[in-house]
Amino acid sequence: MTKTLLLAAMAAPLLTVALPAAADPAHRAQAIAILKKDFQPRGQASLDRLAEDGVQTVCNRTGNKPPEQIAKRLEEDQLADVKYPADGKLMGDWKEGEKLAQSGRGFTWTDDPGLPVGGNCYNCHQIDPKEAAFGTVGPSLYRFGKLRGNTPEMQKYAYSKIYNAKAYNLCSEMPRFGHAGALGEKQIRHLVALLLDPDSPVNK
Amino acid sequence: MKRSLIGALCVMAVAGGTFAQAPKKPAPKAPAQVAPVEAAEAKDAATLEFEKFRAEMEESNPAELFEMKGEEQWKTRRGPKNVSLAESCDLGQGVGKVEGAYVRMPRYFADADAVMDAERRIVWCMVEKQGFKFADIAARPFANENFTPDITNLVTYVAGHSRNMKIAVPLDDPKVREAWEIGKEIAAYRAGPYDFSCNTCHGSDNKRIRMQNLPNISTPRGALMGVQGWPGYRMTGGVMLTHQWRMGDCFRQQRFPQPKYASDAVADLLTYMIGNANGQVYKGPGIKR
Repeated sequence: MTKTLLLAAMAAPLLTVALPAAADPAHRAQAIAILKKDFQPRGQASLDRLAEDGVQTVCNRTGNKPPEQIAKRLEEDQLADVKYPADGKLMGDWKEGEKLAQSGRGFTWTDDPGLPVGGNCYNCHQIDPKEAAFGTVGPSLYRFGKLRGNTPEMQKYAYSKIYNAKAYNLCSEMPRFGHAGALGEKQIRHLVALLLDPDSPVNK
Repeated sequence: MKRSLIGALCVMAVAGGTFAQAPKKPAPKAPAQVAPVEAAEAKDAATLEFEKFRAEMEESNPAELFEMKGEEQWKTRRGPKNVSLAESCDLGQGVGKVEGAYVRMPRYFADADAVMDAERRIVWCMVEKQGFKFADIAARPFANENFTPDITNLVTYVAGHSRNMKIAVPLDDPKVREAWEIGKEIAAYRAGPYDFSCNTCHGSDNKRIRMQNLPNISTPRGALMGVQGWPGYRMTGGVMLTHQWRMGDCFRQQRFPQPKYASDAVADLLTYMIGNANGQVYKGPGIKR
């Protein structure tokens, strides 16, 4: 009873808000065919990047609103794919993390594939409050550790979230940095420290 | 004189740390955030300076130099067939007519059986009417510090003849509507190492990357922001760049491979974006940071 009321109450405002429509299958198929026909490899950006993996397909087909059951199962798969450091150490040096967070380098056709990839963090998040040039695609991470503590569980959460954001929100806008091979365990550890170390400016 | 002004501005902006626009809205408010607000104000000053400079420059817009070159090239008999575009190229308003043509593209051209944006159409004319080789044009389609291709001048010339006109992509044409629908799907298509689509950055309101505001191209206002100022004279490097170039640079940052020059994919995406800006006024070739 309460449930139906709740659902009805939730549905009402939804009806008045224009939701992003899920993909239109016929035009989506045409779009994919055109993408395959009309792109060329350049630098490190090879044509295989145009192919969707399972998560991308589900998100693309549902306008980033997958059915809950499917999302849950796929999120579990993504979480199972996270590889933690063998020594169990999840916190590195926040100063190194800050450097990584600043860098947006990597993976474009103009990037040297031999150079290390940046974390791209400030592109989308507020982190150290001294850095004013932060994006707003993702939430502010200022005081991340101050609000949550740095328990082993929280370290594991932060590590896995950076490694594979889709483990917690299947169609998150955030890249899967570990899964994609962009950041290695050393680098992710530094970013965990930036978020959770009490000495990090994030938590001052 | 103009050059030195541009140089001075570039140096200033570099010193400021970013060319990106400052946000219209202040940083999200939270306690103990004095530092970022101060820094944001410093960037705002740089932005204001740029806006002032741009307003002054629009009186003597550097794009006009490219328009003049483009006009000469439009009217001159060129290519293996020794024909001018003015006497052979139909941009949808009749052979040789450039007035209002830019804001009415992309459109469907029966002779090419394709929906074409302005740049793609002019390339088609250069190939079909003047006898230039497509591969030669596509080999160096965009400007760099040392080189501006003819096609960039021509596009800028044509765009200049739609200055202060209303954008009117013919979306009631079923072929154009279909291109719009496909373009919409291309904009939504997530793939690549970072799972990005166009919409990751340009699908919702009031977002920014670093300090750069991100227009939401699904809305009329955001789509207009994506159209306005292209082709544009870019302060960074001092080069004239087209809307086709801008689409390619988005795909680069999306970590996608490169769209082929003057292809269906780019025309469809442009149809989606420019079509969404229909009814609003295009101000002509502009200045970009």
